[in-house]
Amino acid sequence: MNFKSTIGFEVHFELKTKSKIFSPSPVTYGAKPNTETNVIDWGYPGVLPSVNREVYRLGIMVALATNSHVLPVTHFDRKNYYYPDSPKAYQITQFLQPLARDGYIEVEVHGKKNRIGIHEMHIEEDAGKNTHGTNGFSYVDLNRQGVPLLEVVSEPDIANPEEGYAYLEKLRQIVQFTGASDVKMEEGSMRVDTNISIRPVGQKALGTKVEMKNLNSFEHVRLSLAYEEKRQRQVLLSGGRVQLSTRRFDEATGKTVLERVKEGDADYRYFPEPDIPPYHIKDAWVKEIAASLPKSAADRFADYTGKFGLKPYDANVLLQTKESSDFFDAAVAAGADPQLAANWMNTQVNGYLNDNRTSLAEIALTPAHLAEMITLIKDGTISSKIAKKVFAETVTKGTSPKAFVEAKGLVQLSDMSVLTPMVKAVVDANPQSVVDFKNGKDRAIGYLVGQIMKQTHGKANPVAVNRLLNEELQNR
Amino acid sequence: MNYLKETIDSLNKQLASGELSAEKLTTDTVANIKATDKQLNAWITVYDAAKPAADLDFAKNRLAGIPIAIKDNIVIDGMRTTAASHILDNFVPVYDATVITKLRAAQATFVGKTNMDEFAMGSSTEHSYFGATHNPWNLDKVPGGSSGGSAAAVASGQVVAALGSDTGGSIRQPAAFNGIFGIKPTYGRVSRWGLIAFGSSLDQIGVMSKRVRDSAEVLNVISGYDEHDSTVSEKAVPDFTEFLDQDVKGLRVAVPREYMSDSVDAGVRTAVEHEIDVLRQAGAIINEVSLPHTKYVVPTYYIIASSEASSNLQRFDGIRYGYRAKDAKNLLDVYVKSRSEGFGEEVKRRIMLGSFTLSAGSYDAFFRQAAKVRTLICDDFDQIFADNDVILGPTTTTTAFGIGEEISDPLKMYNNDILTISANLAGLPAASVPAGLTGGMPVGLQIMAKRFDEGNVFKVADFIERQNKFYEAKPAGMED
Repeated sequence: MNFKSTIGFEVHFELKTKSKIFSPSPVTYGAKPNTETNVIDWGYPGVLPSVNREVYRLGIMVALATNSHVLPVTHFDRKNYYYPDSPKAYQITQFLQPLARDGYIEVEVHGKKNRIGIHEMHIEEDAGKNTHGTNGFSYVDLNRQGVPLLEVVSEPDIANPEEGYAYLEKLRQIVQFTGASDVKMEEGSMRVDTNISIRPVGQKALGTKVEMKNLNSFEHVRLSLAYEEKRQRQVLLSGGRVQLSTRRFDEATGKTVLERVKEGDADYRYFPEPDIPPYHIKDAWVKEIAASLPKSAADRFADYTGKFGLKPYDANVLLQTKESSDFFDAAVAAGADPQLAANWMNTQVNGYLNDNRTSLAEIALTPAHLAEMITLIKDGTISSKIAKKVFAETVTKGTSPKAFVEAKGLVQLSDMSVLTPMVKAVVDANPQSVVDFKNGKDRAIGYLVGQIMKQTHGKANPVAVNRLLNEELQNR
Repeated sequence: MNYLKETIDSLNKQLASGELSAEKLTTDTVANIKATDKQLNAWITVYDAAKPAADLDFAKNRLAGIPIAIKDNIVIDGMRTTAASHILDNFVPVYDATVITKLRAAQATFVGKTNMDEFAMGSSTEHSYFGATHNPWNLDKVPGGSSGGSAAAVASGQVVAALGSDTGGSIRQPAAFNGIFGIKPTYGRVSRWGLIAFGSSLDQIGVMSKRVRDSAEVLNVISGYDEHDSTVSEKAVPDFTEFLDQDVKGLRVAVPREYMSDSVDAGVRTAVEHEIDVLRQAGAIINEVSLPHTKYVVPTYYIIASSEASSNLQRFDGIRYGYRAKDAKNLLDVYVKSRSEGFGEEVKRRIMLGSFTLSAGSYDAFFRQAAKVRTLICDDFDQIFADNDVILGPTTTTTAFGIGEEISDPLKMYNNDILTISANLAGLPAASVPAGLTGGMPVGLQIMAKRFDEGNVFKVADFIERQNKFYEAKPAGMED
C-alpha cells in the first residue's frame, strides 16, 4: 500500500524590535534573568498593554515578502492558560483577525518548483522561561515575556521531508532579507513546530496528525519527519492507529519519542482582548512599507549572476546571510570590482569570521575598506600577497588599507628603471640559471623571481619581474 | 474636620488665605475619619502618616492640599491596595495609577483607601474581605456598591470628594443610595492604567462628591489621553465647570418608559417625576422614548463582565504577589488552594460564570450572543440621541436596602443594576444626582448623554442641584 504525507509548519520568528510588544522593556538576547522586565511583564494588578507599532511594521514586511494579504483590520485575542512563565495567565495573540492571510512562497526540490501556501500569520507575545533547579526550586525568568513573535502558519501543502526542509530554508531566507528577524535557531529567534499525517493514496480524509515542537535545526526537522513517515506507515500497515500526540526528536537515536497524547483540543477560552482596540492598517501604509522593503534574496541573486556575472555558487554563498549580502553590496557600491569582492568575501572574510567566531557587525573591516583594498589590487598598487597583510591589519584594527600601504611602504615596485638593472644583476650572478633556462627548465625563472623578491622585500611586481626575466634570459 | 458644609472652592479659599493650613486639614481629616469610621467602615486603609504635597500652589491647583478618597482598586505606589480581597490583603503596589499621577501633579492629598465589594463585584459593599460599609443615612442599610466606601465617606463628610470605579453602576448606584453626586465618564475619558481590572471593556474611573461642581473639578484633573491605556481617547478634554450654571431651556430630554415601569418603587418614581417636572417647567423638552433591549441588559452585562473578569483575575495565582496558600505541595496546589482561599464567594461565582461563558462549548451561545446584544443596545441609544441631548430616569429601582437583605440572593442583587449597566455596555457618560428622599432614604436621578458629552450631564445635574439643594440635608444615620 502506498501512502501520501501531509506536512505543515508553524514557525515563530522573534521580531527585531528594541522594546517588547506591550511594554517599554528592552529586548536583548542573553541579558541577566529578570533585568529586562517591568510591571507590565510581571502581570501586576492594574497594568495595561500598549502595542509597539514597530511590531505591525515588521509583520507587514514579512507578509508582503510572502505574498500574503494584509487584513485591513486586525485585533488581538486572549488565550487563557495557567503557567508560571505566563504572568497574566493569558497570552495576547491574534485568533480571529490575524495580521495577514493567504500567502505563498516558492520552493525548489531537485529542480522541481512548487508553491507552498501560507495559511496566515499573526502577532503575539512570547512567554517567560521556567528553569528547574536541582535545589527543589523552580525559577522564572521574565526577560522573554512580551518579546514580539510572528507566527507563520503554512497550509498543509508539503509533500515530503525534503520539501519541508526547502520550505524552511526559503522562509528563513525571505524573512531574514526583510530584516524583520534575526532568524537564529540557536538563539530562539526562529522556532519550528511541525506536524505530519499520512493517509493511503486515494483516501480523501487526512490521517491523524502528530506534532513535533521546538526542533533544533532544519536537519532535525527533516530527519524527524522522515522517521515519522516510516513509523506511521508501519503503525498503519500493522493494523494500528496513529495517536493524536506530540512527539520529540531524539538526537542520539535519530528517532521520535512520544511526549504526550492529546485528548481533544485544549480549551483556551479565546476572546477579544478588551484592552487593545482593533487596529486599522491603512493601505497607504502597506504601500509605503512595500516601497521600503529591502531587496529580496531572489532579486539579489539575479543581480549577482546577471549584472555582476558571478557564478551561482558564489552568489549563493554571499546570500547565506543578509549581513554578508549587504556588506558585499556596499563594497561594490563603494567601487569594488564585484568578482574580486565576491572572492574576498567568500574566502578571506568568511575564513576570518569562522576562525574567530565573530560576525561582520563585530569586525573592524568596513565595506569601504574592502573596496579600497580591492582597488589597490586592481590598479596594481599592491599584490594579492601584500593584500593579505593589509587585510590582516584592517580586519583587526580598522586601519585604512591605503594609509597602511603607504605608511609601511608596501606599494608594489613596478618601476622598470629600477627593476631592469636588478634583473640584469641577478642573471649575471646566476650563470647556471641561464643554462637551465636554455635547457627548458622553467624552474630556473622561479628561482630568479625569488631572488628579486628577497631583495625587494616582496614588493616587486611579480608580473613585471617575470616579463623582464623572460626577456633577459632569452637575450642571453 | 468634617466636610459636610465644605466644597473644593471653600477649602481652596481657606487654604489660600492661610486661614487653614494644609497640614491641619490633613491631620483633622484623618482624625475625623478614624472617629466616624467606627460606625461606617468606609475605609480599608487610613494613612496615619498622610502629608500634603510640598510647595502647594493654591492659585494654580484647585485641589492643592485637599484630601481626596481613593477606592481601593486604584493603585498608589508604596501604599497597600487590596481591592477588598484577601488575595491582595498584603499587596503594596510599585507604581501609581494614571489618575493618581494626575492628582499628585494637582497636589491633592491622599489619606487612605476606601472600602468596596471585592474586585468591584457587588452592589452593596457587603462583599468585602474587610467587612461591610454602613450607609450614613441609616446604618442598618447598605451604602450600595461597589464604590460604597467612597460614597459613604463623601456623604458622611469625611472627605469632600472621592474616586470610584464603575463597571455596571458602581459609582452611580452608591451615589444614589447615599444622596450624593457621582459620575461615570465616557469609556475612554479617564485612563484605566492602575485600576485593578474587573470588566476591561466596561470599567471606568469616576468621581463622587456632595456637590456637582466638585466632581467637575476633579474630573478636569483626571481626564485625558494616556500613553499607558490604548482605550483612552485623544479627544481634548473640556473644562467641565463651564457647563455649570446654565439654563436648560430647549434641552431635549428623553425618558425611556422602560425606566419608569412598575418594577421601580413608587417612591423612587415620584421623586424622579418631580425632577423631570422641574426641568419641563424650566423649558426643557421632555420626550417619552423606548429602549427596547432593556430586558436583555442584565444577562448581557453579566456574561460580558464575568467573562472578562474570569480572565483578568487569573493573574492572582499565588506565584508572584498576593496571598499564597501555606500548605501547597505542587504547582496545581498553589493555584487551586491560593485562589480557593484568597477569593470570596461572589468573586468565585463570577469567575466560574465567566469561565463557563467563554468555554469552547458555550462561547457561541453566551459570549458571542451577548456581544451581539451589546451592539443592539448601542444602536438603541444612538437612535435616541439622534433627537435628544440626555436620557433621564431613576438610578436605581429602590432606595438602599438593608444589610444582609439580598446577599443570599445573587440574582436579586444582579437585577439592582438594570438601570445603570446600559451606560457601561454603550460606553456612555452617566451620573446620579440626588432627587430628594423617599421613606427617609435618598433617591438618585440618572442622567446619560452621548459619548464624550459629559458636558450635558453636568449641565442637567447642576441644574437639578440648584433647584432642590439636596446638599443641605444632613445624613440622618450618623451619631453626633
